[in-house]
Amino acid sequence: MAIIVNRKKLNFWERLYLPVVIGGLKVTGRHLFRTLFCGKAVTMEYPEQKWTVPTGYRGAPYLVKDQDGDTKCVSCQLCEFVCPPKAIRITPPGDSGQPADRANAEKMPLEFEINMLRCIYCGFCQEVCPEEAIFLQKDYSLTATSRAELIYNKEKLLSLGGIAPGIQKWKHKLEEAKAQENFSVKL
Amino acid sequence: MSTAATTETKTAAPAIEKIKVKIDGREIEVPRLTADWSGKLTPMTMIQACELAKTDVPHYCWHPKLPVVGNCRMCLVEFGTPALGPDRKPVINPDGTFKIAKSPRPAIACATPISPGMEIYTKTPAVKQMREGVLESLLINHPLDCPICDQAGECKLQEYSVDYGQSASRFVEAKVHKPKAVDLGPRIMLDAERCILCTRCIRFTRDIAKDDALGIINRGSYNTIATFPGMPFDNNYTLNTVDVCPVGALTSKDFRFQMRAWFLKETKSVCTSCATGCSVLFGSREEKIYRYTPRDNDAVNASWMCDAGRLNYKWIARADRLKDVLVRGQKSTWTAALNELSDKLKKAPVGSVAIIASARQTNEELWLISKLKAKLGAISDSIARVGDADKLLVSADKNSNTNGARLTGICFTEMGVNLQPITDGIESGKIKTLIVFGENIAKHGVNKEKLRDSETVGEVVTEHSLTPELLAKLETLVVSDIHANETTKLAHFVLPGATHAEKRGSFTNGKGRVQKFMKAVEAPGDARAEWEFLHDLVHNVTGQNGFVTIEGLFNQMAKEVPAFSGLTWQAIGDTGVTVQI
Amino acid sequence: MDWNFIIFSVVKVAVVFGVLMTMVAYSVMAERKIAAWIQDRPGPNRVAPPFVKYIPVLGPFLTRIGFFQPLADGLKSFLKEDFTPGGVKKIYFWLAPAVAVVPALMTVAVIPFGSVMGSQKMVIADLNVGILYTFGIVSLGVYGIVLAGYAANSKFPFLGGIRASAQMISYEIAMGMSVIPVLLIAGNLNLSGIITWQATHGWLICYAPISFVIFIVSALAETNRTPFDFAEAEQELAGGYNVEYSSMKFAMFPMGEYAAMLASAGMMVTLFFGGWTLPFWCLDQPAHSLGMGLAHILVFIAKMLFFMVVFIWIRWMVPRFRYDQLMDLGWRRFLPLALANILITAIALWIWS
Repeated sequence: MAIIVNRKKLNFWERLYLPVVIGGLKVTGRHLFRTLFCGKAVTMEYPEQKWTVPTGYRGAPYLVKDQDGDTKCVSCQLCEFVCPPKAIRITPPGDSGQPADRANAEKMPLEFEINMLRCIYCGFCQEVCPEEAIFLQKDYSLTATSRAELIYNKEKLLSLGGIAPGIQKWKHKLEEAKAQENFSVKL
Repeated sequence: MSTAATTETKTAAPAIEKIKVKIDGREIEVPRLTADWSGKLTPMTMIQACELAKTDVPHYCWHPKLPVVGNCRMCLVEFGTPALGPDRKPVINPDGTFKIAKSPRPAIACATPISPGMEIYTKTPAVKQMREGVLESLLINHPLDCPICDQAGECKLQEYSVDYGQSASRFVEAKVHKPKAVDLGPRIMLDAERCILCTRCIRFTRDIAKDDALGIINRGSYNTIATFPGMPFDNNYTLNTVDVCPVGALTSKDFRFQMRAWFLKETKSVCTSCATGCSVLFGSREEKIYRYTPRDNDAVNASWMCDAGRLNYKWIARADRLKDVLVRGQKSTWTAALNELSDKLKKAPVGSVAIIASARQTNEELWLISKLKAKLGAISDSIARVGDADKLLVSADKNSNTNGARLTGICFTEMGVNLQPITDGIESGKIKTLIVFGENIAKHGVNKEKLRDSETVGEVVTEHSLTPELLAKLETLVVSDIHANETTKLAHFVLPGATHAEKRGSFTNGKGRVQKFMKAVEAPGDARAEWEFLHDLVHNVTGQNGFVTIEGLFNQMAKEVPAFSGLTWQAIGDTGVTVQI
Repeated sequence: MDWNFIIFSVVKVAVVFGVLMTMVAYSVMAERKIAAWIQDRPGPNRVAPPFVKYIPVLGPFLTRIGFFQPLADGLKSFLKEDFTPGGVKKIYFWLAPAVAVVPALMTVAVIPFGSVMGSQKMVIADLNVGILYTFGIVSLGVYGIVLAGYAANSKFPFLGGIRASAQMISYEIAMGMSVIPVLLIAGNLNLSGIITWQATHGWLICYAPISFVIFIVSALAETNRTPFDFAEAEQELAGGYNVEYSSMKFAMFPMGEYAAMLASAGMMVTLFFGGWTLPFWCLDQPAHSLGMGLAHILVFIAKMLFFMVVFIWIRWMVPRFRYDQLMDLGWRRFLPLALANILITAIALWIWS
């Protein structure tokens, strides 16, 4: 149903239009004065001023280490599987690959690459990770002079990711197994 | 050789009595007796009846090709049988059906035989509760290893946990920890914690491989699979235990931490390591083959394959693969090389050409070569490979398509009889052109050592008289091979071929089973499937136009070769057809 | 005609042209800066030649206020590809930018921008019919836009050109009418004479305020400024008459627009605000020294810049009119008002004299 709004009848002074113009000039003049002399510009001047990244922001995904400095990733490749743009590429260690940082975790990736040009920051990798080894962190401005530079390898991802404390299930498992050693019958 | 092909060579089995059972309210007629793991006729069990009815019954320890033990309890179902009246006759309901006396206790479907009129219930709340209970019990000590477990993605425990598992564990005590990463044998790794003690691996080695190497040691929660002290678990069939293991307790060292199962593209193919021709699946990802797994084919290999054949895939991706067409050592193109070659062959007088084909080529390729042979009036043969056989699967003939070579007329029943005439012809200068497919004849002639040590176990190539000096006398030597070798170095024309993983085709195995295989990966560089360039060559030389697809080629061959008459590419199916040899 | 006159005229033309073009360039910068400040932004503050950062305090300050922005803009315009689309009418397409700039520059010729310096009057051509000349020349400005719209052979420029022609003709009349009272009061068509009259009798804004209001609004319309920028109208016509232009040819249109604004500001100062005079510090008498002459020029420029700022300020405050409102204002309000204004002024003059 159409709603009919009656137009307000303007008086002479209002119809003259000039007072409104003067009022407008006052408002814009006030803004001009404040910006110019009180430094109240709302613009953030980017490279010098940095944005406060809110918690829960989905920036670039990096690998993290646990509080003992061990690589958390066990190369299960679920992130590689779930990654919609196929930005993640993991090279599994193979049988003769280097041993994992935590001996009882048995494996860690030989190479872990994220193509940051492909990444769409969806956060699926973080969500799917059973080891809490990959997190979308706060970096939002990744720059490089070539495409190859934006394919981050394992070392780079680990050094950028830093340390994320967690429950350390492998460590606890090892402790638990050691505590049981007296009871278990060795082969 | 003129008899029509048949799908079965066995005589028809005697008629088996059929009985009616009801599964989840649906009536189905099933045979009373069926072949068990050893092929003996035994009463059909409930799980087999359910399988026929396409009703899924979860199970761990039961395997159709292994003896039944019934120790995992996962397949518990409820059932009922017709109630018997005082007169020992079934009680009939007013509507004419049998009155069913439901059994008060469930039964394991894998070990309970069916009886006429039996009703099986697999979807009742009680059955669901039983499955949940069994699964929870199995998961008590099972570690949360899925991220590092090679079985993840094809693990029965994972699958049933999705169906019947609980989101949280009620088990608050510490789990029992058992040895991990135990070196069980040269090809097998054991993780005792993950084992659910279904004993499939024990039954396989004991009853199928006839090598009673595995057993369970320790008691209660500490039950562990182990070999007998000092006895290695190293027979030629150990990797089948990895296949039968429903969880990740037994894993292949070869495949260990190589690639996750869910990335692997599965391609139906055939193993080429011996004349048995086991049906296999290739697991490949991005043009790289990661593993072979046996594929069910009761006419050839049941569900098994030997370790030697299974691990014989690394040569496909070897660095010395031929990738370029070479004409007298210079890189060329297919069109140029084939045109030059066909011009030469067209001008060649009758009797001046000899062909040594390989009994590892496909039926289609050998048939195309036989057309060349007929046109050129050429003398042809192939080279035999002999090795050790065993009683289960491994054949003494190490050529995968010996029968194909015989049926297409490339060689005689006794392979290698024409090699001496070819040698004489070259020596006398009568034979000026030699075409060699996939055989390193230069090496065979001088050395008696094995061609590829890693490739097949105990392979010996027959000695023959073709030497490099003799080959140097030839006017034209055409060699098509997969890897670079002494013969390709001598060749005037090198035509890079494709492995069986890189093309389609069919093999005829030692027992006359024609099986087709599919393409899993792309051939490297300029390498092309032999049948593709053979087709061009045959067309150029003989003027006959053939089929440009493998289907058409096979069907044409089936029309022209008496042994294959009546076959079509489509009719071969996944498991193949047996022909008269 | 003596050589003295020719040489001094050429010098004056050259100086005025140079100053005017510089002012045009910095008007663009001022437009962007003021727009930014009104919208709570800092505006252009990055562009600087590399050496500037080594100048201690001044360098960063100049960079901050965008001092070098016009240089960058100009350079960019020169370096851009000068693209002529297929299907345009080439002669008019090339002519239009020139036609847009030239009239605006010619107007400045008759505006006295100072009293005297030495023996020279600070006006390029001290015409007796200065006002009439101005109106005659300003009317030509519309041809640039109409030609551009026509030559581009594209619908948006065409619409822009049509709008511009209708709008400019409408406001031409109101503008001309609004000045007649000024002429009646001052009794002179010579712009220098009008300034001299104002020096003794006071600024004409006090005598003819309604004329001023009509004049300033018409001036906005004549120079295609918001709220009357129908010919461009980015939201409706995607840029209007200049859609098909690029590079320096495109830059000529804004140049013409800002030159026209400066000319309008100069006219307003001359007609209503006493030109180069100020009613104190003896600045209302013709200069006796070079310093005084220079002071008069600075006074004139200061007054002009004030009106430039007002123009820019208005642009970032008022939204664009609707087309029918534009026509309504021009024909049904300003024309009768201007006529009444003439009549009343004439009657008042008749009574008092």
